[in-house]
Amino acid sequence: MTSIGLAQIAIVLLAVIVAAIPLGNYIATVLAGERNLLSPVLSPIERVFYRLAGVDPAREQNWLAYTMAMLAFSVVGFASLYALQRLQAYLPLNPQGFSGVPADLAFNTSMSFVTNTNWQNYGGESTMSHLTQMLGLTVHNFVSAATGLAMAFALVRGFSRAESPTIGNFWVDLTRSTLYVLLPLSIIVALALVALGVPQTLQGSIEATTLEGAKQMLAIGPVASQEAIKELGTNGGGFFNANSAHPFESPNALSNMLEIWALLVIPFATAFAFGHAVFDYRQGRAIAITMMIVLVAGVSVAYWAEAGGNPLLTEIGVDPSPGNMEGKEVRFGPAMSALFAASTTGTSCGAVNAMHDSFMPLGGLVPLFNMLMGSIAPGGVGAGLYGFLVLAIIAVFIAGLMVGRTPEYLGKKIETREMKLAMLAVLIYPLSVLAFTGVSVMLQTGLASLNNAGPHGLSEILYAFASATDNNGSAFAGLTGNTPWYNTTLGVAMLLGRFAFVIPVLAIAGAFAAKKKGAASVGTFPTHGPLFIGLLLGVIVVLYLLQYFPALALGPIVEHFALLAGKTF
Amino acid sequence: MSHKVAAPGLFDAAITKRAAIDAFRKLDPRRLARNPVIFVTEAVSAVVTAFFVRDLVAQNGAAFFSGQIAAWLWFTVLFANFAEAVAEGRGKAQADALRRTRSDSHAKRLIDPQDKSGMKDVYEGVSALDLKLGDLVLVEAGDLIPGDGEVIEGVASVNESAITGESAPVIREAGGDRSAVTGGTTVLSDGSTFIDRMIALVEGAQRQKTPNELALSILLSGLTIIFLIVCVTLWPLAIYSGAAISVTVLIALLVCLIPTTIGGLLSAIGIAGMDRLIRFNVIATSGRAVEAAGDVDTLLLDKTGTITFGNRMADEFIPVEGVSEHAFGEAALLASLADETPEGRSIVALAKSALGFSTPDLGQEAQIVPFSAHTRISGVDLPGRTLRKGAVDAVAARVKSIPVDFERAVERISRAGGTPLAVSENGRLLGVIHLKDIIKPDIKSRFAALRAMGVKTVMVTGDNPITAAAIAGEAGVDDFIAQAKPEDKLAYIRKEQQGGRLIAMCGDGTNDAPALAQADVGVAMQTGTQAAREAGNMVDLDSDPTKLIEIVAIGKQLLMTRGSLTTFSIANDVAKYFAIIPALFVVAYPELEAINIMKLASPQSAILSAVIFNALIIIALIPLALKGVPYRPVGAAALLRRNLLIYGLGGLIAPFIGIKLIDLAVSAVHLA
Repeated sequence: MTSIGLAQIAIVLLAVIVAAIPLGNYIATVLAGERNLLSPVLSPIERVFYRLAGVDPAREQNWLAYTMAMLAFSVVGFASLYALQRLQAYLPLNPQGFSGVPADLAFNTSMSFVTNTNWQNYGGESTMSHLTQMLGLTVHNFVSAATGLAMAFALVRGFSRAESPTIGNFWVDLTRSTLYVLLPLSIIVALALVALGVPQTLQGSIEATTLEGAKQMLAIGPVASQEAIKELGTNGGGFFNANSAHPFESPNALSNMLEIWALLVIPFATAFAFGHAVFDYRQGRAIAITMMIVLVAGVSVAYWAEAGGNPLLTEIGVDPSPGNMEGKEVRFGPAMSALFAASTTGTSCGAVNAMHDSFMPLGGLVPLFNMLMGSIAPGGVGAGLYGFLVLAIIAVFIAGLMVGRTPEYLGKKIETREMKLAMLAVLIYPLSVLAFTGVSVMLQTGLASLNNAGPHGLSEILYAFASATDNNGSAFAGLTGNTPWYNTTLGVAMLLGRFAFVIPVLAIAGAFAAKKKGAASVGTFPTHGPLFIGLLLGVIVVLYLLQYFPALALGPIVEHFALLAGKTF
Repeated sequence: MSHKVAAPGLFDAAITKRAAIDAFRKLDPRRLARNPVIFVTEAVSAVVTAFFVRDLVAQNGAAFFSGQIAAWLWFTVLFANFAEAVAEGRGKAQADALRRTRSDSHAKRLIDPQDKSGMKDVYEGVSALDLKLGDLVLVEAGDLIPGDGEVIEGVASVNESAITGESAPVIREAGGDRSAVTGGTTVLSDGSTFIDRMIALVEGAQRQKTPNELALSILLSGLTIIFLIVCVTLWPLAIYSGAAISVTVLIALLVCLIPTTIGGLLSAIGIAGMDRLIRFNVIATSGRAVEAAGDVDTLLLDKTGTITFGNRMADEFIPVEGVSEHAFGEAALLASLADETPEGRSIVALAKSALGFSTPDLGQEAQIVPFSAHTRISGVDLPGRTLRKGAVDAVAARVKSIPVDFERAVERISRAGGTPLAVSENGRLLGVIHLKDIIKPDIKSRFAALRAMGVKTVMVTGDNPITAAAIAGEAGVDDFIAQAKPEDKLAYIRKEQQGGRLIAMCGDGTNDAPALAQADVGVAMQTGTQAAREAGNMVDLDSDPTKLIEIVAIGKQLLMTRGSLTTFSIANDVAKYFAIIPALFVVAYPELEAINIMKLASPQSAILSAVIFNALIIIALIPLALKGVPYRPVGAAALLRRNLLIYGLGGLIAPFIGIKLIDLAVSAVHLA
């Protein structure tokens, strides 16, 4: 680890926090339906949308209606994306003449984009027509993130309201999230990326002459705009197969830092927005700090593991000082690769600037464990906040009992119903990740996709299902995912990770909104101080360690010890 | 805290013996199904037992190990059952003592109470158990009161020490607030008696899970399902890794991970909480009420009898100008001679001690004017002298003029929190007697303790606002309701509840009933009316209103014990992983020996030690579950920090030590 590397990490994270605080303020006003600095420009456009869709923005929905609207929107999105892929051969804007996408891959891809996962089992340039890319995938980059933000705020309203039958209007939340938050931010980031040298053109490719004088076709296109929403919406689906490691997606260290900033800023801002929405700024700050601690811990472990180099290579005389550079871009180095890896899995982004598969075992453990924790540091757009709040509810329940009161979070009593729903949500992750991994390693068709044997192979499968369930979308690589088995099971895992998780969450929102808000006293323990942060960290670490320790022990942990003993897989 | 009944020893021999037998009886899966964690443990114990039998028959050399695992898994279930049985046993002992009052009661049931021919007192002797709602019974001097009821005729002095422990007899009479009598039984419409219903709660027979217990059970069930998923999926992962593991060790891992500690102790904690309340001579109609007590934000306390001693004492004679203190004192003395109220007696006492009077004789002609609630005046008519004493406004209404210094004195007394009592002679004001409230000596520190708990105290008094403010200041309450009418209490409770606060109060009169019913925790006094007792959700047998404070602490203690043991139980799992995971896979991956940080002797001994620790910790924690985690009024943050340190961090570390020690013992005697 070098001081320059640490400084780079610190600078990016500091820039994130500096921007997230005012942005959180702004997001809170957007989702409270208040006027803000963009209202003069955007509210006429907003009204047009409502009029076209026949939505009365003043009419709120109860949690069930809200959930149904969200599901209906997602089902239509899924079906249209699926149809678009299957029928692309008969549709316009298909200059390369691609045939229809196979059923299993189309299912996987549709699910992937509707759930904000952006797991890519396809090669974009060799599978999808321009129409599919633009009308299908890009649209979902915006609306799946906006859906996440909407659901997070439905839950936040559960806390901020008292004795209310409704939790907001899904259509309004969706529209405002896209229009006021994602669209303006992605324009700014896209322009900044262009300034840093990322191409933005409608041209398909350019011809280049190599040093040897050979002719080469270089694919370019509207990369900067795609890149901006890829990071801001924590989507992760890159324009190029090599994702953010590709020089056109991220040409230099500065663009790399900007992309990390972009993928972290909205999730952190959402935590601050939560504080504003519940009229106690400190509540949001406590959550943001907890997220930051988990993130920094992950970055530290990954950076430490990568910067140390590979002991096996050191033994045969390779200089360990640059760190483990296998699968890393020289222009980023171990520090920025570690930060990117921890950030992309700490959020549910899934973009990559290095091969996680080539990380040291403990370095690779960080992105894996980040995803097993459900990407809560700081989490996907919206998804991070509601995932985190579910954990906070469980933590507060146990801690609340220890101070001798019926547990309450922000004045809302946590009773049987909320506990039932929270446990239901929490159960989904281990069920999906462990059960699919368990079945996959027992099936020939599951094992056939592996490129590595032993613990590393197990890590690859575990990583894939963690990534899908978590709606992250990053791949460990080394696993051939485009098979009927993985296309289907990963698609189902994405479905469970998004909707089976969020339906109980919205039900909790409804239950909390209907409750009275209890008054705080000396007898209620404060949920904004260091004690609460420590408690949250303890619950998160213990809860997830207990769930995944056996699987991790058989994957990266044993690999780490084996590597120390000079054994590779 | 006045009459705390001695608790049976934690492991009283008779209770322990019965509990040990009950532990086996509770193995019935239909009964265990109520407790998902232990139910799962029992189910997998049966599976391991089957494997043990198979190993025995097959003689594959694994029987010694699987037999031990099976035995310890059964012990885990039995220990959990034992914990519950001990709690129930202690509750039963308590209940039996209460019930003894009714077993030998006989009732004199009136045959024809409507009889007009002088035969209405004719009765038949029946067992108290045969009484039905609406029966009229006769009680005479020396009789036991056969059941809870209402005095409809007559008056008696009743010894209630059997239930209250209070040796001084109390007056029970027809009409008014003191008409309720308690026997072993209350004849209620649902057939079970008031006390019986509460006894059943302690014994666990009719115990239903309380809301918080239910929520916690869901958390525990959820964790159990998660660990089931973890263990079931570990099977294929192990096969993939080339480390075939037996079902026996997989089950051992499962039982170590699921929260058996808190699962086994959960119902014992609940029963013990009710039991603690009973030992304070408070009986609750539901476990829900006990939990609510822990959540109380505001205590509504009557001033009289709770904050101050029940009666006010004469403290000073203040004559008006032109009247000597001696003359005034004499008039006050004469006017109070026939007054048997504590106030009256205190005036006589003050006149004697301060002014040196001896008891005068009123003479034959004296006409006593008794106190009436209507006039609020009492006194005596002597030849040529009409002496009146009473509330200032009542007396003032009957005199011709009110001197300025009289008004000043009244105001001064009121501001000091006292009660002014005016005395007049022949329609002329003589002066004012200063009656003072004496605040109970320890009450201020108890309010401070409540404030530290986050509980606000509100004093309810009929006094005027000035008086109320003075006493409130002196006693250290946070707020007061002056000149309170019963409906003011109700309104105050509603207002506080609207603000999201939970209210506790105690009351005794029928006019308290609506407020008692509205309050989240309503403690009715045993001496109160039937209406009050039905409206509240707790009854205090000692009729001591200050006990609200203990009730709150007991409620908090109940919840804290649950939370602390849950934390402990979950934290324990970390160490068990470090024992079992290397043991499971060290053959396939020798590198994993690196995480065997306890350096346990062998894989088998590691697994066995973890299972033994898991079973023994239940037994070790039974005393804590029964006694409860000590509650300290130090504020939530400090409390949480302390409990997290003890039960969180302690729960993380303790099993590392425990498992290592057991491993040393197990390997020393070659059990594995």
